[in-house]
Amino acid sequence: MLRFIDVGLRYPGAPNAAAPNAAAPDAAAPNAAAPNAAADVLRGLRFTLEPGSFTWLLGASGAGKSSLLRLMGLSLRPTTGQMDVLGLRVGTASRSALAATRRRIATVYQDFRLLPYLSVADNVALPLRLAGRAEASLQPDVAEMLDWVGLDHRAAARPATLSGGEQQRAAIARAVVGRPDVLLADEPTGNLDATQARRLMVLLIELHRLGTTVVVATHSEELPQRHPAPCLILHDGRISRGGPP
Amino acid sequence: MMIRSRRHARDPLGLARALPFGLLPALVGAMALLAALAMAGAQAAQRFAEGWRSAAIDSATVLLPRGTRAESAVQRLLALPGVVAAAPADPAELAILLRPWLGEGGGPALPSIVDLTLSPGRAAEGMQAAVAAAVPGAVLEPHGPWAGQVAALAQGVQWLALAVLALVAVVAAAVVAVGAGAGLAARRDAIVLLHEWGAADGQIAGRFARRLGFLAGSGAMVGVALALPALALLARLAPGREIDWAALGGIVPWAWLVAVPLAAWVLGWAVAQLVLRRWLRRLP
Repeated sequence: MLRFIDVGLRYPGAPNAAAPNAAAPDAAAPNAAAPNAAADVLRGLRFTLEPGSFTWLLGASGAGKSSLLRLMGLSLRPTTGQMDVLGLRVGTASRSALAATRRRIATVYQDFRLLPYLSVADNVALPLRLAGRAEASLQPDVAEMLDWVGLDHRAAARPATLSGGEQQRAAIARAVVGRPDVLLADEPTGNLDATQARRLMVLLIELHRLGTTVVVATHSEELPQRHPAPCLILHDGRISRGGPP
Repeated sequence: MMIRSRRHARDPLGLARALPFGLLPALVGAMALLAALAMAGAQAAQRFAEGWRSAAIDSATVLLPRGTRAESAVQRLLALPGVVAAAPADPAELAILLRPWLGEGGGPALPSIVDLTLSPGRAAEGMQAAVAAAVPGAVLEPHGPWAGQVAALAQGVQWLALAVLALVAVVAAAVVAVGAGAGLAARRDAIVLLHEWGAADGQIAGRFARRLGFLAGSGAMVGVALALPALALLARLAPGREIDWAALGGIVPWAWLVAVPLAAWVLGWAVAQLVLRRWLRRLP
């Protein structure tokens, strides 16, 4: 479960920024932050995503979708408010507890973020290795995922030699290979053709069916209409509307 | 198939490429070479000082007044309590020793000298009166004072070597810190990614620490190996010796030399841990 209570985010270096990376669980925070509201990337976010839910995260470019996904993925800590992720109170959690929780969350980044010095297969195997999986057990899972995203023939290639769509698929394979509890996807279909986009949606829905909490950020209006699910609509750092699209 | 398991399992940050076996081991190796020389110098100074001191502490020289027959003086000196041996100095040897100051001609007539060997623990300084009574006009010159000066000099050399070692350690630590910074800059994005995917600080810092420890330790091993010929030369410079590996054994602090690469490994590991963990604290 992901629970946000009056969560706000301001990047370090922003005017009158609070201490960077310092969580400040404070119920009165939204009011306290009000005088500098213009500097806040996210403000007063209050919502709960149940385990195994599928949620669209919608909004225009610059609305704060990627920042919210980074908060959910524990890549950022909120400047204000209180945040619980997979049972972890983020503001008071130890670094080791945060790391352990991050291993249960996977992200498909908009810019892929594949490691350029590793092969596609080694990129895909990365979450399994971080989770401490035995080397001998990696190959079947990695091969299955690469086959599924149609990159089995490019397993030994370096990311730089792949097209944008292929890199996107490799990033997707890396995200789902470890069967994460939470999958966050930032514009995952942005570089895919129609067929691949459909295959990806089938994969995401299948993961959701298997119990993974899925959050997909997109500015596409077509995807939520084709795959109806609850959505969070961000506007200027605030959730302007929740519920079905 | 395509998973190059072993190498990448050990090195998901690609540190073998980001931190290659190049400048860093060379610099640490140079520091290790200096450390080896400093340690050998300190040990040699200590050994020589000990030798000179033990030879000097139980001996003294007696200057006989002109006209005194050396043989009879020797007999009287041998009768003194605490004197184990007494031998007149060879005038020819004396002339050779003083040649740098007096030249080939020999200069004025040299006084007769008797070398005394005393029983262990016997203080030569307290025997002046007894010697003067046995051989009127004779002057006793104990060796203890200059032996003390030699010991002080050796101790000074040892302190200097210690200071050199400390300096070398600081410079090596700085070199490793710069190397860690360079590796961090080269793999910043990968570190952030691994952090976001749940790698603990210890996992990331540990990979850097192992790589930098290996580089520093390997460089130090090469540096120590390169120091050995210089130490052999030092052993050859010991008086009256050809290249003498037994003498090298006396000069070279083998145990300390073996410890240098190990210490470099630990230094590299610790500095990398410090640099990386400090940097990782910036991440959420």
